[in-house]
Amino acid sequence: MKILVPIKRVPDPATTIRVLPDGSGIATDNVKWVINPFCEIAIEEALRIKEKQTGEVILLTVGQTTWQEQLRTGLAMGADRAILVKTDAALDQLAIARIIAKVAGDEKPDLVILGKQAIDDDSNQVGQIVAETLAWPQATFASKVEFAGDKCTVIREVDGGLETIAFKLPGLITTDLRLNEPRYASLPGIMKARKKELKEVAADSLGVDLAPKLKIKRLDAPPKRQAGRKVASVEELVQVLHTEAKAI
Amino acid sequence: MGDVLIFAEHQGGHFPKTTLTAVHAGLELAGKRSGKAIAVVAGDAPEAIATELAKYGTSKVIALEHTALRNYLADAHAQALAALAKKEGVEFVIATATAIGKDLFPRLAARLGAPMASEIVTINDDGTFVRPMYAGNALATVELEGPIKVLTVRGTAFDAAKPADSTPPIERQAAEIDAGALKMEFVSFNATKSDRPQLTEARIVVSGGRGLKSGENFKTVLEPLVDEMGAAMGASRAAVDAGFVPNDLQVGQTGKVVAPELYVAVGISGAIQHLAGMKDSKIIVAINKDEEAPIFNVADYGLVADLFKAVPEMAAEVKRLKHS
Ligand SMILES: Cc1cc2nc3c(=O)[nH]c(=O)nc-3n(C[C@H](O)[C@H](O)[C@H](O)COP(=O)(O)OP(=O)(O)OC[C@H]3O[C@@H](n4cnc5c(N)ncnc54)[C@H](O)[C@@H]3O)c2cc1C
Ligand SMILES: Nc1ncnc2c1ncn2[C@@H]1O[C@H](COP(=O)(O)O)[C@@H](O)[C@H]1O
Repeated sequence: MKILVPIKRVPDPATTIRVLPDGSGIATDNVKWVINPFCEIAIEEALRIKEKQTGEVILLTVGQTTWQEQLRTGLAMGADRAILVKTDAALDQLAIARIIAKVAGDEKPDLVILGKQAIDDDSNQVGQIVAETLAWPQATFASKVEFAGDKCTVIREVDGGLETIAFKLPGLITTDLRLNEPRYASLPGIMKARKKELKEVAADSLGVDLAPKLKIKRLDAPPKRQAGRKVASVEELVQVLHTEAKAI
Repeated sequence: MGDVLIFAEHQGGHFPKTTLTAVHAGLELAGKRSGKAIAVVAGDAPEAIATELAKYGTSKVIALEHTALRNYLADAHAQALAALAKKEGVEFVIATATAIGKDLFPRLAARLGAPMASEIVTINDDGTFVRPMYAGNALATVELEGPIKVLTVRGTAFDAAKPADSTPPIERQAAEIDAGALKMEFVSFNATKSDRPQLTEARIVVSGGRGLKSGENFKTVLEPLVDEMGAAMGASRAAVDAGFVPNDLQVGQTGKVVAPELYVAVGISGAIQHLAGMKDSKIIVAINKDEEAPIFNVADYGLVADLFKAVPEMAAEVKRLKHS
């Protein structure tokens, strides 16, 4: 099976994010950049499917030259080759998704697996936009994926329980946290990754409308919540919740 | 121009409170843009629910009908809503960011070629919107361009719509769906059984973390307190990942966002991803044996204690209070 995995570079989730005083962005000094955790899960799932059935795992990222680092990490995990669609412009989710759909149109994978959400913009949009653009079925928030021939069955994490849906390939999946636990890149994996193909394509050569329709005008730091006080006992806690906070 | 189409999600013949949140936000937006607010209930037999929804102050309710809309599936719903949004000539389509809202609306936006802002928390007078990014560590002011715009709202950021005096007309429409283009099949839904209030609707939420140590302890230690308080139960990612409780109880950046009147965090350290899902609660209580735990930085009332002793005591104390 041929699987395309679009991945994003984001600040490590353990980083403390600070908004710049002028509101133009976040402070990036001291930020460690990593593969978006949900995208790592997507890579892992693609590798497991490939290991069961043979095939090819292609990584794709739409970003700057520095994003090669994350592609190399994904190649070291075991992906076969990678594509960097290069741009220095700030794209919106619609444009990113259209680029991914364009590459999918050229590469003709059986499956596209993405993260459900990038932990920087928290948009939760790109996968669904790609699916509609390709007129493909989508199974978002996947916690289990199974195949029987060209039929794919996915268990999804939804409100109030788990939903199962099915579709015939080709199709698109976005990952939730419980789908798998991503592997680490091994040392031999890292050595091998250096020789794997990493192709660069200029974003504006793809004939896709890149002009953002969603613009971020400004970032602000959220209001800080004041720490309250410590209570000495359970009895005091229940008392203050009743009399002072009037919450019970 | 300025009209707003509100997607009214429903399940099992009812709509959840989160639907009324979308209605409220839709009415506010229509008010600010001098447009009409139109609600749409999609389904194979949506009329009864449309009648129910008509109490909440929109200028009309459309019962959008098609057999392909029986079970929620993204492709059929996106087709139907996109066609309706164009036909009604609305400027905005809006829903609450529930699991369905998150799944459907980007697909709808793609079909409309429209930009989308996810989980907005504020509708500004100048036409911009505010939405959290970076697990709530930044609030972005965003502007959307084009004749039609797609929005989901964060359920905790808007009140629920209240019943209004007048009842608008209900308009039955057959949904425009190209059934030949549908590629998704609904197989089954496995509901998490619970008699407790819904996490996103409850006045009180009691959440447990890794500190509970097992699913068994959730049952024997935490649940008596949850039930004594009439609360909904939530959990940290660590507790869910460990299999202590079902996935849909996860509160946080990548789980559910809640803002109840009272949030009690038990054995939860207070990682930024967890805070993202509960820091707008009115009153926060933390019970943790580590006095340095970051959860205490946001808690109104903190109790440094062993939860295995404090939680049963608290359940007993709450019970006593109720009977006094
Ligand atoms: C991509 C990504 C997404 C994430 N999304 C979420 C999310 O949506 N929601 C979420 O919650 N997390 C999320 N996380 C995980 C988050 O970073 C933390 O790992 C998680 O919240 C920790 O859960 P916890 O507080 O239960 O566990 P821990 O951090 O291990 O804390 C356990 C706490 O219990 C206390 N404790 C232990 N024993 C006792 C006792 N006997 N009595 C009293 N206190 C005790 C300890 O002092 C400690 O503070 C995400 C992480 C990533 C990378
Ligand atoms: N610039 C990008 N390049 C490649 N994939 C991306 C990019 N942005 C988002 N994605 C994919 O889309 C998913 C959801 O992102 P988002 O919709 O931004 O929350 C991510 O987990 C990635 O798989």
